Amino acid sequence: MARMKFLCDSDRCIECNACVTACKNEHEVPWGINRRRVVTINDGKPGERSISMACMHCTDAPCAAVCPTNCFYTTADAVVLHDKDTCIGCGYCFYACPFGAPQYPRVGNFGSRGKMDKCTYCAGGPQADNTGVEYVQYGANRLAEGKLPICAEMCSTKALLAGDGDMIASIYRERVQRRGYGAGAWGWRTAYKETLSV
Amino acid sequence: MIARILPALAVACALAFGLPAAAQVQMGGPVVGVPTNPVSPTATADELELEKALTRGRIGGRISIPDEQASNLVQPAGRDWRTFHNRTLTWVGGIAVLGMLGIIAMFYATRGRIEIDAGRSGRTIQRFNLLERSAHWMTAGSFVVLALTGLNLTFGRWLILPLIGPEAFATITLWGKYAHNYLSFPFTLGVVLLFLLWVKDNIPNGRDVGWLKAAGGLFGHDHPAAGRFNAGQKMVFWITVIGGTLVAVSGYVLIFPFWATDIAGQQLAHIVHGVISVLMIAAMLGHIYIGSVGMEGAFDAMGSGQVDVNWAREHHSLWVEDEMKKARETIAGTPGARTQGAD
Repeated sequence: MARMKFLCDSDRCIECNACVTACKNEHEVPWGINRRRVVTINDGKPGERSISMACMHCTDAPCAAVCPTNCFYTTADAVVLHDKDTCIGCGYCFYACPFGAPQYPRVGNFGSRGKMDKCTYCAGGPQADNTGVEYVQYGANRLAEGKLPICAEMCSTKALLAGDGDMIASIYRERVQRRGYGAGAWGWRTAYKETLSV
Repeated sequence: MIARILPALAVACALAFGLPAAAQVQMGGPVVGVPTNPVSPTATADELELEKALTRGRIGGRISIPDEQASNLVQPAGRDWRTFHNRTLTWVGGIAVLGMLGIIAMFYATRGRIEIDAGRSGRTIQRFNLLERSAHWMTAGSFVVLALTGLNLTFGRWLILPLIGPEAFATITLWGKYAHNYLSFPFTLGVVLLFLLWVKDNIPNGRDVGWLKAAGGLFGHDHPAAGRFNAGQKMVFWITVIGGTLVAVSGYVLIFPFWATDIAGQQLAHIVHGVISVLMIAAMLGHIYIGSVGMEGAFDAMGSGQVDVNWAREHHSLWVEDEMKKARETIAGTPGARTQGAD
């Protein structure tokens, strides 16, 4: 099985936010929730970079470690998913997540943040693959159809890569060798405890 | 001509667009949760992540979606919070609660129930009125539910979930969360009420030193003199008032996310909430024991509000003297009336 990862090549990202929009559209994500977002650091200054970030599907995921109801699980493709039927919306995964991935529908801040929602790597949830109930709770299950996440698939500059970690790492290395520079793989040290040396 | 107009146009544009932009920045005020920028322009991803993990900072920047909190790219502090929640809080909470239960069991096994040495007199004196008892039980009742649901959030995954399965556990934990959130209000009100009702009798004074030196008479049969509240009860009072305030404030920060603080503040609030709560639970276990099975006659104070006069004389000698004096003064002008306990 593959070890699925995301890699954002910040030397290519043009902050078009199409990944954010495509994700919302593909999964019909409710208002106020963005499973993916683009952050620009050093905006308007030397070293400006835009990075598309979502759940990184960590090795030894902090969200799963702190969940009071143990609602997280990791698939055979190393995708970190959660069961909304046993999620109580306590917010602990949000405190622990290094990437700000877990979000809560704002039906009411007081006492009921609602069930946590986050990037599923387009892999749905614990319900049967590509059923209506799965779509309502988690959105599309592209992985079960043999497709990769929509955000990376439609990225116009191919800055955002999704797929097996070794494969996308070798694509990125090849790019960096050809063009002679690269800022590295954002979040990899934090999520996978590895760095991408070129 | 054009050479003269262009600079003027440039100035006009700067005034038209530049100044409102500057004003907007002013109006918006400081953005909450701006990470520890600027970052080095040449730093690579893993250098930055390592640097921020070591300096407890955050990588973040500007975001175009209308959610300022999403401008945090990486916050390594989550790792520290995870360690606190999964290791520190589990150990501190486990040792505090189980340790206190162990101490109580050992105390009961060696000292047993503390009896009224002189036996019950059969006459009673009012210790707490209805308002005091109501405030106490509102605080106590909500505290017990808050404590159990709070402990469930930290320990339930390891202790209860394996016994009853994920669905049943999720259901009780969800209802526990609602109970925890809503009962925070009567608890907070109760802490305020108890503070107002009892603070005048809970100011520490010189007698408390003597009471503490005699360990409150817990290990012998002598009864150190005490006023309305002895030093042990004063400790319970201040633990309730100070601990309860800290727990309430930190709890409301968590119930209303982002109203007062950003994620770093919420992590800190949870740490304060968790540690103070388990320590309060340990203290209240001792309070519950000595107020019920641990001491003969003690429960009446909060039950009926009427305590046996002999119990009161042994545990609150100075308070009884005060009450008797007051009673004598009240009836002094009434011919034929006698003070309670004077016959």
